[in-house]
Amino acid sequence: MRRTPLLIASLMGISGLALAEPSSSRQGELTHLLKQDCGSCHGMTLKGGLGPALLPEIIKEKPTDYLVTTILEGHPNTAMPGWKTMLSEEDALWIANQLKQGIN
Amino acid sequence: MIRIALLNLLLLAGIAALTTTANARGTGDLGLVIERANGSIQIIETTTNSSLGRIEGLGDLSHASAVYSRDEQFAYIFGRDGGLTKVDILAQKIVKRKLQAGNSIGGAISQDGSLVAVSNYTPGGVKIFDAKTLDLVVDIPASYGNNKQTSKVIGLVDAPGQKFVFSLWDADEIWVLDMSQPDKPQIQKFKDIGRNPYDALISPDGRYYIAGLFGEDGMALLDLWNLDKGVKRILDNYGKGEQKLPVYKMPHLEGWAMAGNFAFVPAVGRHEVLVIDTQTWSEAGRIKVHGQPIFVMARPDGRHVWVNFAIPNNDTLQVIDTQSLNIIKTLQPGKGVLHMEFEPRGEEVWASIRDNDQLVVYNTDSFKELLRLPARKPSGIFSTSRAHKTGL
Repeated sequence: MRRTPLLIASLMGISGLALAEPSSSRQGELTHLLKQDCGSCHGMTLKGGLGPALLPEIIKEKPTDYLVTTILEGHPNTAMPGWKTMLSEEDALWIANQLKQGIN
Repeated sequence: MIRIALLNLLLLAGIAALTTTANARGTGDLGLVIERANGSIQIIETTTNSSLGRIEGLGDLSHASAVYSRDEQFAYIFGRDGGLTKVDILAQKIVKRKLQAGNSIGGAISQDGSLVAVSNYTPGGVKIFDAKTLDLVVDIPASYGNNKQTSKVIGLVDAPGQKFVFSLWDADEIWVLDMSQPDKPQIQKFKDIGRNPYDALISPDGRYYIAGLFGEDGMALLDLWNLDKGVKRILDNYGKGEQKLPVYKMPHLEGWAMAGNFAFVPAVGRHEVLVIDTQTWSEAGRIKVHGQPIFVMARPDGRHVWVNFAIPNNDTLQVIDTQSLNIIKTLQPGKGVLHMEFEPRGEEVWASIRDNDQLVVYNTDSFKELLRLPARKPSGIFSTSRAHKTGL
């Protein structure tokens, strides 16, 4: 119970607003992007490639806002680009949660 | 009983003979298409442009490529999951399949066709296999630094003299592996070639190996006829220190888009194709294009160069005239244009349109769309004509 306000606080920190879930059609697009385009470096099943594996057992240790920031801003001095031109904060948060749950 | 058995046998033999005759055909007009989401490949033919069939069970092909035996009957397919699969494209069946690493990126076949090399991310290195049996011949870990770590290996090509050349993404090195004595592999290493080589190509004569750099603006050139001269930096600082755009997909250097003395390569993180003067290895021009180029491929006659792009511009193909350096055609075949392959003499080109689950064929003079064929999330297209080309 104590975690819930903390989680909300951290989400608010990201956007300054409560984040809505992407629509179901948008979720479809994001799943496609995750498999096909994130997949060009991380592998279509996210087992890794030029980029590291993004499987739940690896990802679950990372804070969600770290994942969201990495997705939107990229990771300096690596091949990971920032996707903020194509993804909103809601999108990135949804993807981060998908990664934690596992998509396969 | 015996008579019936004999009769059956004769009948079977007759069917077998008929089948053999019906199937007898050359393979010079065949190709294969990777279906990345399903672990399958399609066999296509380019005489009448049709699909001949599908082979399944090749594992994770989300990043995959292929090379051919010199008789153009067998394809070796390198999958993302470290799978190496030998396929008989005439019989349309898997001959042998091996999981040789955890994660791999590409492969090559030796000059004499006897060895198949695979470049791996995990564990980082190159493994060489007997092309006939897929038995391991030699394992070359890409160790660097204190030898406690291995690098991801990219840009693996074959070169004359039973050599393989490849680059180390993490270690900034190019290695030349001489397999002319398979039991005594010789390795020559070139260090500090530039930060993060991401892919490489070799010129059609097998002389020049060029690695593209992700970590800095420029490319690393190795003259295989003059190895003692070492690696030379070319196109240095082509980004002129400008902030590059986020790179949404690594460009690929495949083959050698060359026309006259000009070579055409993708600029990393820029909406530009770079033109190299191969007499001086200096920049001869740059062409503004629709997005970040992925494949920059010359039609076999060198008159045109076709370019596809990274997301979010991956619904477009552009054609550059190599004399004027102008874009003469922009096509929008659908979302997810992943790869192009010219027919052997270049009158037609095939492209995979991933999100449409389609292959599209264009006439390369009129740019007229000739047909579309269904394919499941197609990516790489590999024609058997690659069998006789160094580096492909």
